[in-house]
Amino acid sequence: MISIRNLHKRFGDTEILKGVDLEIAANEVVAIIGPSGSGKSTVLRCLNFLEAPTAGDIRVDGRLLGYVETPSGDRRRLPEADLNRQRAEIGMVFQQFNLWPHKTVLENIIEAPILVRGTPRDEAVAIARALLDRVGLGHKADARPTTLSGGQQQRVAIARSLAMKPKVMLLDEVTSALDPETVREVLDVIAGLAKEGMTMLLVTHEMAFAREVADRIVFMDDGRILEAAPPAQFFAAPAHPRARAFLDKVL
Amino acid sequence: MNGFDWKVIVEWAPLLLQGLGVTILFTLGGLALGLVIGVAVAVMALSRHGLVRIVARAFVDAVRGTPLLLQLFILYYAMPSIGLKLSAPVAGILGLGINAGAYLAEIFRAGIEAVPRQHVHAARSLGMSSRQTFWRIELPQAVGLVLPPMANEMISLVKSTSLISTISIGELLRSGQIAVSITFAPLEIYLVVALLYLAINLALSNLVRVLEHRSGAGARGEAMRSLQDVGV
Ligand SMILES: Nc1ncnc2c1ncn2[C@@H]1O[C@H](COP(=O)(O)OP(=O)(O)OP(=O)(O)O)[C@@H](O)[C@H]1O
Ligand SMILES: [Mg+2]
Repeated sequence: MISIRNLHKRFGDTEILKGVDLEIAANEVVAIIGPSGSGKSTVLRCLNFLEAPTAGDIRVDGRLLGYVETPSGDRRRLPEADLNRQRAEIGMVFQQFNLWPHKTVLENIIEAPILVRGTPRDEAVAIARALLDRVGLGHKADARPTTLSGGQQQRVAIARSLAMKPKVMLLDEVTSALDPETVREVLDVIAGLAKEGMTMLLVTHEMAFAREVADRIVFMDDGRILEAAPPAQFFAAPAHPRARAFLDKVL
Repeated sequence: MNGFDWKVIVEWAPLLLQGLGVTILFTLGGLALGLVIGVAVAVMALSRHGLVRIVARAFVDAVRGTPLLLQLFILYYAMPSIGLKLSAPVAGILGLGINAGAYLAEIFRAGIEAVPRQHVHAARSLGMSSRQTFWRIELPQAVGLVLPPMANEMISLVKSTSLISTISIGELLRSGQIAVSITFAPLEIYLVVALLYLAINLALSNLVRVLEHRSGAGARGEAMRSLQDVGV
């Protein structure tokens, strides 16, 4: 469903991604782990075109992300409206929640469906309420995000992404900014999504969670994927020495 | 001239109140124009195009770098030389509006820049266009952030209206001067004039406080601090 081929990203003189290849099947959950600065977030940001790749292909359901291919083989940047349509199908949840503080919880969730998809307001509200119930926050619809705990805000952020009915969810260390006691409630929501078959690519430092929820662990270091394997295999016997060293440090 | 003469105040109240009305009118006119100019120039200052940014920058620098009194004189006395004859009220509103606009543009620009980038990324990742993101996410948050510095600018605008007395507009200060020139009671008259200016400004500050409260304490908090960091 998502296919990343030879993805490169450079910021100025430094090459952050040095050729990343990754295939993600529908309904698959892939966890990216690796040391700080290895480029994990950059991969996710490229997948949502928040960063334009320097080189390489990203395809979602076979369609090239962010570019149009001309018959002659070269590519042009996709017009903004088309790019926005592609982005709308790829949900992203951030470490810092990034809820909009001037809107209530409900307004945060219905904003994009109404503006981007043209969903009628009543329908958007109904969907939002159902999603809030699902993440256990039905009673917080009219609260301001800043009055919620970190775990609650992150669950709202997940609901906000889900409201767009994305084909795939990208989650970037969504529990790293949380108090330990609220981490579990967010992980439970994500585990629930995995069980329902949501395709997900998540970056995490929670090794136990990655092992529990992921179909595949991808180990990144220095802008490259060094190893990709099912969790049981990866955690029992990482093949790459750098993966082994990394696991020794974090486990 | 012995002591404080209340009668003078009562006698000249109608003229002073008329002056007050004119001052309020020009404040509102200047503010309305200033808001339009301020938003437009702030948007220009944040443009992707270098030339547009330079125009915005030049406008702000030119207006802030010269006295308002001089700007009023140019509009009222100098413009006719190039065939643009402005009536005193039009020159007055234009001068006040342009001046307020330049200061407000800086406040708005800083306010918009103080909206955390991640809030923008969240909107873009949901498929919102840059325009939708600006009007629905950045601007409303910026408004919450800029209310306090805007209140300062409005107070300064109220006081600046006194300068349009120099292009013969009968606003509050000029009404006071007329009354004094006839009654020779500067103490009483100017005291009342001062109290009237104060009254407008207190009303304004309170209005802003109410708006601020309504815009939601949450919308400010951390972002207020970042606004102070950029020097507003
Ligand atoms: N916009 C940018 N401009 C310049 N350098 C950047 C930019 N974004 C990221 N980088 C750099 O790219 C490198 C990889 O960043 P990235 O955020 O992808 O790492 P990460 O694997 O997610 O790390 P962490 O675990 O700390 O989140 C870092 O050294 C970072 O400083
Ligand atoms: Mg990261």
